[in-house]
Parts: sequence; C-alpha cells; structure tokens
Amino acid sequence: MIEAYSLTKRYGERTAVDDLSFTVRPGTVTGFLGPNGAGKSTTMRMLLGLDAPTSGRAVVNGKSYAEHRAPLHEVGAMLEARTIHTGRSAYNHLLALAATHGISARRVDEVLDLVGLRTVARKRVGGFSMGMGQRLGIASALLGDPATVILDEPVNGLDPEGILWIRNLLKGLAAEGRTVLVSSHLMSEMALTAGHLIVIGRGRLIADTSVAEFTAQAAGDVVRVRTDEAEKLRALLAGPEVCVCAQESGVLSVTGLSSDRIGQIAADHGVALAELTPQQASLEEAFMELTRDAVEYQAPAAQLVGAGGEGRAT
Amino acid sequence: MTTATVIPEAERREVTQLRVIHSEWIKLRSLRSTLCTLLAAVVVMIGLGFLFSYFTADRWSQLPPEQRLGFEPALVSLRGFYLAQLAVGVLGVLVVSGEYATGMIRASLSVVPRRLPVLWAKALVYAAVAWALMTAASLTAFLVGQAALSRHHLETSLGAPGVLRAVLGAGLYLTVVGLIGVALGALIRNTAGGIATLFGLLLVLPVLAEALPSSWFDAIDEYLPSTAGQGLVQIHQQPHTLAPWTGFAVFCLYALVALAGAGVALKRRDA
Repeated sequence: MIEAYSLTKRYGERTAVDDLSFTVRPGTVTGFLGPNGAGKSTTMRMLLGLDAPTSGRAVVNGKSYAEHRAPLHEVGAMLEARTIHTGRSAYNHLLALAATHGISARRVDEVLDLVGLRTVARKRVGGFSMGMGQRLGIASALLGDPATVILDEPVNGLDPEGILWIRNLLKGLAAEGRTVLVSSHLMSEMALTAGHLIVIGRGRLIADTSVAEFTAQAAGDVVRVRTDEAEKLRALLAGPEVCVCAQESGVLSVTGLSSDRIGQIAADHGVALAELTPQQASLEEAFMELTRDAVEYQAPAAQLVGAGGEGRAT
Repeated sequence: MTTATVIPEAERREVTQLRVIHSEWIKLRSLRSTLCTLLAAVVVMIGLGFLFSYFTADRWSQLPPEQRLGFEPALVSLRGFYLAQLAVGVLGVLVVSGEYATGMIRASLSVVPRRLPVLWAKALVYAAVAWALMTAASLTAFLVGQAALSRHHLETSLGAPGVLRAVLGAGLYLTVVGLIGVALGALIRNTAGGIATLFGLLLVLPVLAEALPSSWFDAIDEYLPSTAGQGLVQIHQQPHTLAPWTGFAVFCLYALVALAGAGVALKRRDA
C-alpha cells in the first residue's frame, strides 16, 4: 500500500510535483501515467525517500520509507535512471544489496534465474544492453520479496518477448496480493497490464480511476448514426446534455446518449437507421487528450468527466 | 514466477551497521578499478623505496658531505609514500564519487534509507583495507630498501630511534589521506572535483602558504594537513612543526571534520 498526501516538490522556481495525493492499493497493478516530464520519476524518488518533498508526505506499507528497518523486504524499486555501478558484475551488484539485509546468496541466484540473467551474471554490467539492464533492475526490486513493488518505466528497452514477460510478471505479483506501481508514458501498455490508473500532468493529479472506467469513457459516449432522416433524428435527440453534430450528409455524431437509447428513440419515432455504432476512440488518443488539457489548463481531477466527452470523435 | 512470500518471515532481517559494512566490503572487492589502484599504490611504495635506496647507495661516494650528514636510511626507503598518496587519495574519492557517477548511490541509499551507515561503512572498510595494505607495503619498502643500502653498510633497523614510528606512520598517514578522500567524494559528489580538492589541500596549499611572509608561514605551516600529517614520517622533528603524534592528531581532526561535513550533507541532500 502506498499513500501520498499532498506531495509537493519544487526545484527553485520550477514545481515538479504539485500537491499530489493518491493511494495505491494491493492486489492490482496500478499504472502511473503521464507525459515525459510530468513528475513521475520525482514522485517515485520521494516515495523511496531519495528526494525530500518540499511539503507533503509519502507513506509506504504504513510508514514513511526511511522508517522501515528492512526496506528491501517492504519495498522493491527500480528507478528509471540506471542505479547500477557499471564496473561490477550483476551477481556482485545484487550480492552487495542483499548483504545490507543479510539476504542469502541463494536468493540472489533465485532472482537472477527469475529475470533470466543467470548466464551473464558474472559479466560486468557496463556491457549490458538496455533490456538486460532493465531485467537486472527488476531483479534488485524483487530481491527482498517485498510486499510493494515500484517500477519506473520497466518496459523501456525490452524486446517484444521481454514486454510480454514483464506484463505477466506484474500481473502475477499483483495476483499474489502485492502492491504494484508501474510508471509509463504509454497508455496502450498500461491498458494491457494495469487495473488502476493514476494519471498526472505537470506534476498534478489528472485522474485516479480504474482502467475499465477510463476505457468506458474513452470509448463510450460518442455514437455514429447514419440515416436518411438525419435532420428529423437530430431534432428528436436534442437535449441539454446531448451534443449532435453532422459530420457528412446523412451521418450524425452523437455525444451524451448511449447507442441503446438512440436506437430506442429512432424506433419510437419510426426513423430507419442504416448504421448505429459506438465509436472506439483509442486509449492513446484519450490519454493524450487528457494530459494535453491538463498541461494547457491545469485541469483538476474532477474535470476528467467533462474533458472525456469532447473533441475526440474520430 | 514468484509465489507469495518466497522469503519466510523468520529470514527477514533488518539493516544493521555490520551488514552495511559487509555490503561495502563486497562493493570494494568487486571492482577491478579498486584492485588496480591499490596494486599501483603498493608497487609505487615498494618500487620507489627500492630504487631510491639502490641509487643512493650507488652514488654514496660522490655525495657532498652535507648530504651525507642529513642522510636518513629509513626515510630514503619510504620515499614512495609521497606518490602512493595519489593512488590512495584518488581511490578514496572514487569509493563515493563512483557511485554518484553511475547512479549506484540511489540503490545504496534506498536499501539503507538512514544513509549514514553507508558513509561510515565506506570510510571504515576503505580505511581498514588502505591501512593493512599500506602498512605492509611500507614495511616491505623499508626492508627492501635497507637490503639495498646494506651493500654500502648504510642501513638502519626498526629498533633505531624513530624508525618504527616512521615506517608505521607512512601507513597511518596514507590511511587518513584515503579517509579525507572518502569524505571529499561524499561532499563534492564528483570524481574530478573531489580529486582536485584533495590534492589542492595536500599538495598545493603548502606551496601557496610559502607566498606568505615567513613569520606567518612558520605559524601556519605546522597546522596545514600535509605538514601536520607527514610529521610521523620523519625521524627527527623538523623545525616549526608539531610533535609527530600531535601533528598526526591534527591531521586526523581534518579527516573527522570532513567526514562529519560529508555526513550532514549526505543526510540533507536529495540523492
């Protein structure tokens, strides 16, 4: 369990993280999303006690990170920037980290097996590819068998097989009842892996929602309707929460009514429909729309609902 | 795939200073650069000691009388410590700054969030290794050097006044140089900056001080880190210097102040 209370980090004039509050619960993968520079890595460093917040507080498994006497067993983390001495072998890197907690060399071998680095364990990390570096980072995160796992952009640099591997790994960890927080700037990746989403832009919280909800909003309420009686139907559908635009002759794009409801209204008034299709805006587009709005207008979290319906009919 | 709690509760241990020391020992011995630098220090210490002794003995008959008068066989064989301090100092800086350069420091501090145990462990492990190696190297340099000098019956022995202190003193001086290096590495967090500052303190400061009027210089010089520390590696106390062990205590004080400053900085700054 991770709790952030009004986390704020300023570097001189620049505010990297601005009054950020959220909770990450166990049992599901939580995606931490935002464009590059949104403050994801800074937030993660504050969760790990590496950077001190200007104000606010972060609590991991009930305590602030620095209060844990055996942090490796509580929280395993991989930060985006490399945190490995390039002159050391993967095995010795893990062994040195393990030694601080009296973790056995056997466990080091276990995590090396788990991430598939056993055969290169004695080679210097400086010669590793980015994907191998990511795997070593994940190995160090899992070293202490922690209840909470924090991974910053773990998919970066992995090949398709590696990406699939990490998806399954993350889901597996969550299924075991662990708290899993994974940052990414790729919505599509998170849609496949995460159950919950925390979206930030310019250091502020934009959305704290389940993936199902987010998907429903992204795909839900724009319906394409084709009919010969477009003008008649348009008048019938008109209402305070409803927006109907004519895209081309005989085609309406309806926001604010479900396709079920539109079909019912058309049937009630004897309007024949040639097509009735809920539009499938891509998650990536919805995400970009959401974060662009945030960056431009610094929308608070509540505006997710308002922002969701506009401007993404395709 | 992992299963829930692979490590049983009974095997979950806390971070202790002793475990962090063990971790730092693994870190120190698992880097090739460490081994190369330490080897260089040992080779320089013994090799130069031998060469200086050998050639002094060789040229003995041509030396002017005043040089013969001031000749100290022990010091000639220990001359290598002056160069060895470069290697030991650089490695001291690198022990910390190398972690900042590679980002490893964030891993180190996230597994030991109280942070200070990491600094103390680095200082302790490095000091122990530097002391053991450099004391052994100093003793070897002395014995090899005396053997070279003995061809002309110029040698001295560990039992002669001040000799044992000088031989052990070289190891102690180098150890404290390494400790100041560790502290500067943690304060400055940059390899080039740390090394420049260290040798600015040890090598450049005494030269700059010479620009002062001689009465000022005499008053200040004995408290400069290098002069205070190197008093141990003398047979007779030099004019305008502190007594050997007093000087060494002053030198240690510099190291302690630097380490304390490094501790405060490490605790306060973002990693």
